[in-house]
Amino acid sequence: MYKDSIKILEIKSNIARQKIIEVTTEVEGGHLAGSLSCIDILIAIYFKVLKHKPKNPNWENRDRFILSKGHGAPALYTVLAMNKYFPEEELFTLRKINSRLQGHPDCKKLPGIEISTGSLGQGLSVAVGMALGYKYDGKNSQIYCLLGDGECDEGQVWEAAMFASSYNLKNITIIIDRNGYQIDGRTEDVMKLEPLDLKWKSFGWEVEEIDGHDMRKIVDVLDKSRGRRIVIIAHTIKGKGVSFLENNNAYHAKPCSRKDCKRAIVELSKKYELI
Amino acid sequence: MEILNELKKSTRQAYGEVLLELGKEKDNLFVMDADLSVSTKTCYFAKSFPKRFYNAGIAEQNMIGIASGLSKTGKTVIVSTLAVFTPGRVFDQVRNTLVHSNCDVKIVATHGGISVGKDGSSHQSIEDIALARVIPGMRVIVPCDAVETKKVIKKVVDTKGPFYVRLGRADVPVITSEETEFEIGKGYVLKEGKDVTLIGCGMTVFEILGAADILASENIDAEVINMSSIKPIDGDLIIESANKTKKIFTCEEHSIIGGLGSAVLETLEEKIDVFVKRIGIQDCFGESGLPEELFEKYGLSATKITEKVKKYIG
Repeated sequence: MYKDSIKILEIKSNIARQKIIEVTTEVEGGHLAGSLSCIDILIAIYFKVLKHKPKNPNWENRDRFILSKGHGAPALYTVLAMNKYFPEEELFTLRKINSRLQGHPDCKKLPGIEISTGSLGQGLSVAVGMALGYKYDGKNSQIYCLLGDGECDEGQVWEAAMFASSYNLKNITIIIDRNGYQIDGRTEDVMKLEPLDLKWKSFGWEVEEIDGHDMRKIVDVLDKSRGRRIVIIAHTIKGKGVSFLENNNAYHAKPCSRKDCKRAIVELSKKYELI
Repeated sequence: MEILNELKKSTRQAYGEVLLELGKEKDNLFVMDADLSVSTKTCYFAKSFPKRFYNAGIAEQNMIGIASGLSKTGKTVIVSTLAVFTPGRVFDQVRNTLVHSNCDVKIVATHGGISVGKDGSSHQSIEDIALARVIPGMRVIVPCDAVETKKVIKKVVDTKGPFYVRLGRADVPVITSEETEFEIGKGYVLKEGKDVTLIGCGMTVFEILGAADILASENIDAEVINMSSIKPIDGDLIIESANKTKKIFTCEEHSIIGGLGSAVLETLEEKIDVFVKRIGIQDCFGESGLPEELFEKYGLSATKITEKVKKYIG
């Protein structure tokens, strides 16, 4: 049963990858590679872990998910559409005039977006504020926050980390999309983050490290994170799933050409058959 | 105009007091500070309602984010620190998180302007009104005295969405009364006049009242307007007064770039028959000194305002 449900999530991830590539190519924009690195995590969260009601996005006892790395919008929108927060065909309005699907998530426009993000380093503070509010209200729901690894350069991330442990919050899970790249290159070349686990531990957080593309591990660690203050460092691959996109930082903010899009879809379709 | 009350009190003190009242009335009101609760006077609320007060430590950027998240769990949140730190230090957090997400968070900053005094220019905020005003949807209020401050705080707490309220450190005479109205988007004529219009906000309202008294003794009949609501601003009142006097002087302890004076000018942009002069900080930093010394040196005292008015309308 468990095995089957994992397979279903893997299939959903594969479909989501194809959709992200197809949409970003069609609309000629969007942060492709970083969307592909975090999509397995988002699929696990929205289809397995999060208590939420897409038909009632403001349900007051919901768990909450904050995409602090707002440029992962194509991945988030795809998963929200797959969860029926809005019609899937609307995905093709991404970044277009009059669309609810802004280049970076806008909570005033689209249901399911808890807070506007896009300026890096700010989402964790918001997530911690929500965790604080839930603690005050005595709710046992969990706040999940996805951070980019490059985003951890921002001092505000560490201010929020300190705050959460100072107020002893135990209802917040951070997932770091540790794909090893930021716009200008490898994180360890631009601004050293390591030892990242020790940094978080010293700020008063539990730390788990996983393969961020191993669906069973993702689900397992996220399930067990409820009721804790924990950072999951998810080792991921930028552009994951398509050979010519993987670890290719040229695709940070650039979609595939139409020709490459077809190649990518063929490759992912073959993988789909193997799941 | 006769000053109704001999009482002098800082607007930050009034803020601390009204927070205590509101804390009792409203279970849903939360307050945050960044290690300056004694200076901002949120300390009274903190002591009486410790479970609804969160100190962010010396980390203003995080405070804005925490307050935004907290508000999204259905709470009204007030954040306080010095005006020089917010919106200045936290501009991006205020713009991209707090206001962009339309959070029910009120920024109440104390120590606005040069009347901060001896701490000097590093602590004298002369750009905050401009920074707050330019953010789409942000509303900006600068009450003129302790009595008005209490009304302003009650009103913004009862009005959903983001606000920036600027308060002062120094004691200021009480010039409004319990009966004086305050509405968001309304300016108030404190003294009617026909020769020239003086518009102020915050501590300068007392100074323009003083200037009007001096001008009256020289047969210049000045209209005095308290424009505590800078955004939205009372365009109708400004135009009405401008049509009458044709001469407007704005006065603020803020840079002449982007503050009250700019807001008034923007309101009058299509009127070519009105003379407008902005009195304020002339694109320079302040310095240490007593508030009254600084007002004199930087041209914001009643006598200096009077001199300037006479220079231009002779």
